[in-house]
Amino acid sequence: MSVIKNKGTVAAAVVSEYVDEINNRHRVGRVWRRVFQVSTIVGVVVLGALLFNILNQTFGYAAVKNTIEPESLAVDGISLEEMDKDQLIGILQANVSTGLMRRFENDEPMQDRSAEDLRGLILEWVVEPEVQKTWSLFESTFQKDALLAELHEKYPEASLQFFSWIDLDFVTTPQSANPLRAGVRTAILGSLWTILITVLFAFPIGVGAAIYLEEYAADNLINRIIRTNINNLAGVPSIIYGMLGLAIFVRTLQALTSGAAFGAAADPTSANGRTIISAGMTLGLLIMPLIIINAQEAIRAVPNSLRQASFGLGGTRWQTVWSHVLPNALPGILTGTILAISRAIGETAPLVVVGASTFITKDPSGPFSKFTTLPIQIYQWTARPQAEFRNIAAAAIIVLLVLLLSMNASAVLLRNRYRKEI
Amino acid sequence: MTVEVTQQDAIGDFARSSDLTRRPRIREAVIVGFLFICGALSVLTTVGIVYELGSESLLFFTRRLWENSNRQLTDSIGKEETQFQITQTGSLLAVGDVIRIQNEVMEIVELDGAILVVKRGLEESAILPHPADIEVFRGDRVTLGEFFTGTSWNPQIGQFGILPLVNATLMTSIIAMAVALPLGLGVAIYLSEYASTRARSILKPILEVLAGIPTVVYGYFALTFMTPSLRFVFGRDTVDIYNTAAAGIVIGILILPLVSSMSEDALNAVPRALREAAYGLGATKLETAVKVVLPAAFSGIAAAVIVAISRAIGETMVVAIAAGAGPAFTFNPFESAETMTGHIVRISGGDLSYDTIDYNSIFAIGLMLFFMTLLLNVINQQVVRRFREVYE
Repeated sequence: MSVIKNKGTVAAAVVSEYVDEINNRHRVGRVWRRVFQVSTIVGVVVLGALLFNILNQTFGYAAVKNTIEPESLAVDGISLEEMDKDQLIGILQANVSTGLMRRFENDEPMQDRSAEDLRGLILEWVVEPEVQKTWSLFESTFQKDALLAELHEKYPEASLQFFSWIDLDFVTTPQSANPLRAGVRTAILGSLWTILITVLFAFPIGVGAAIYLEEYAADNLINRIIRTNINNLAGVPSIIYGMLGLAIFVRTLQALTSGAAFGAAADPTSANGRTIISAGMTLGLLIMPLIIINAQEAIRAVPNSLRQASFGLGGTRWQTVWSHVLPNALPGILTGTILAISRAIGETAPLVVVGASTFITKDPSGPFSKFTTLPIQIYQWTARPQAEFRNIAAAAIIVLLVLLLSMNASAVLLRNRYRKEI
Repeated sequence: MTVEVTQQDAIGDFARSSDLTRRPRIREAVIVGFLFICGALSVLTTVGIVYELGSESLLFFTRRLWENSNRQLTDSIGKEETQFQITQTGSLLAVGDVIRIQNEVMEIVELDGAILVVKRGLEESAILPHPADIEVFRGDRVTLGEFFTGTSWNPQIGQFGILPLVNATLMTSIIAMAVALPLGLGVAIYLSEYASTRARSILKPILEVLAGIPTVVYGYFALTFMTPSLRFVFGRDTVDIYNTAAAGIVIGILILPLVSSMSEDALNAVPRALREAAYGLGATKLETAVKVVLPAAFSGIAAAVIVAISRAIGETMVVAIAAGAGPAFTFNPFESAETMTGHIVRISGGDLSYDTIDYNSIFAIGLMLFFMTLLLNVINQQVVRRFREVYE
């Protein structure tokens, strides 16, 4: 009896211990599940914080102080907006130096200018608004009282204006030293030119290499070296490519990349290799491994039966590749290329090393122009100590992100269309 | 008649065109040649990188830096004299040292206090008479020992110890991995083992967006968001405006999608049968994930970690913007310190003139960086080969 009873209690103890342990194990499981969930949420929150931070800096109030108030320029009660051209010219002559006046005349004679243009000159050189302090969107919305108090205390002469640092003018005006007038037009055109060169250089060579590796290359030492090498190149930091570009394209091939050899240098006296074509080719080398790897995958995905059918009809290898493999692999190749290009658009470090110009206001006119690009512009504005440059950097970031987003969207669309067809 | 002729012609044509002997296909051969060159260009790129970095680094280590010894000629010397006296005070000279007086390079053969016996006209410099009281410069080279062990990088005064730069790079990378590794693994396990299909279809694109944002934007984020946040939490006095902690954390965020997507791919590649076997033995979901799936996907996850480290080491814009502009040998993550990549960007921004010590020095740093990432790449391939578990 006692033995049986004993057995029963032991069994009960074992069961309860087992149940306890199971509960314990499930509890641990639940806790860790939360941990995994939280780490995923952190990723999402970070993305939110990043976007919020940029929007937060793009809009907001700014304290602006005018050197001369526009109202004080009014003559006989006629405000600036209502004046005719002669009156406007009179105001300009009265307020700016003769040297500056001569410069305006050289750019375009005063009488030929529109009243709108003259008003712009007055605003720029006579009124001379200057940003003294900027506030973020968050502060502008939720802490307006503190903001106003600070304004009255520290900047009594300034007026408060709400700024949207990004607008149409920002996209269409060239770079300027004054954050109120600076735009990203030069940078956008520079980016587009650079990318054009990059694509022209990297796309044919990248796809050619992929075709060679997938369709022609036998499994021998040379081809194995090429394969390993491409994988290694994809892991080389981008700044190293910049140094390669500096040493080869900018320095060694200076005669070619400055355009001097073709008599096409933008400015023969100061021509050097720090041009759009050097930048484009450097980025081309950088994204080539990406294009090759993506194109290889696309070519590999083409069913073998297509090749065999072509061979069976007597097609040569190249005919097979050109008429059957490539058309079928093209959407995949293009998707990979677009993704590689969007990587190139965002690259900054190699272009700094290759020698992007720190300050140019002239639009690039061809592959041999000096250049700046959108990310370079963002970098230079961010590196400035004044807060208002941070605001226009944020605005430039929005332009860059919109550009990238539209590129990625087109890649996704292309991929989806291709999926339906198969 | 005419009919027969055309028939014969047709037969002749057919016989000619059905000649099935092999003919050389010149066009095809040219095309293959072109395609091969395309493939070989990638090898050329690597050769170019190694050659340019190597040759400029060689110049860096062989270039002579002239340092004023603060000692002068006591008397003027003529073209023929090989023995002369210089002033006593100033920096030490030794036999074998190379000195320069005006533009003439000499080597010290014998030395007796302030009396030198020299070999004149070294390195094809012209032998010329020199007036009295002219400065004697001592030639100095950057030695490998000084390069790797020196704790100060200051090109202006000829100090080229790479340790401060490497130290800053390692600090940002370690901070980045401390952020990205746990988070990235957590995300990967959640997405592959726990998340519903719907949650995955929302979360994955978000992480992909994170991966597609240019690094300069992350730099901006580090400077305008992370640094102020750190200063808010730890106090303005402890945290500098430019610091390695903010840069490191943001690099961690930057490589998070890389770690998570590569690890998730590895976890997904583990066959269902393994998980079902574990469930069958009564393992909970967590135990299955951590004790069965994770070890089975080890090679893929290790590869992800190594690729992420190499990305963190090579990351440039975040550190260039947020980590500070000036090499400093410090272990405090709240102080500013310049990394290898940050230094290269700062020095090469603007018009850097060729054949200067600055120009050569960035290539030496670049070579170091290249070897560090190459080493990680090679380790990566070994790890994948060695620990790969192959399933049906």
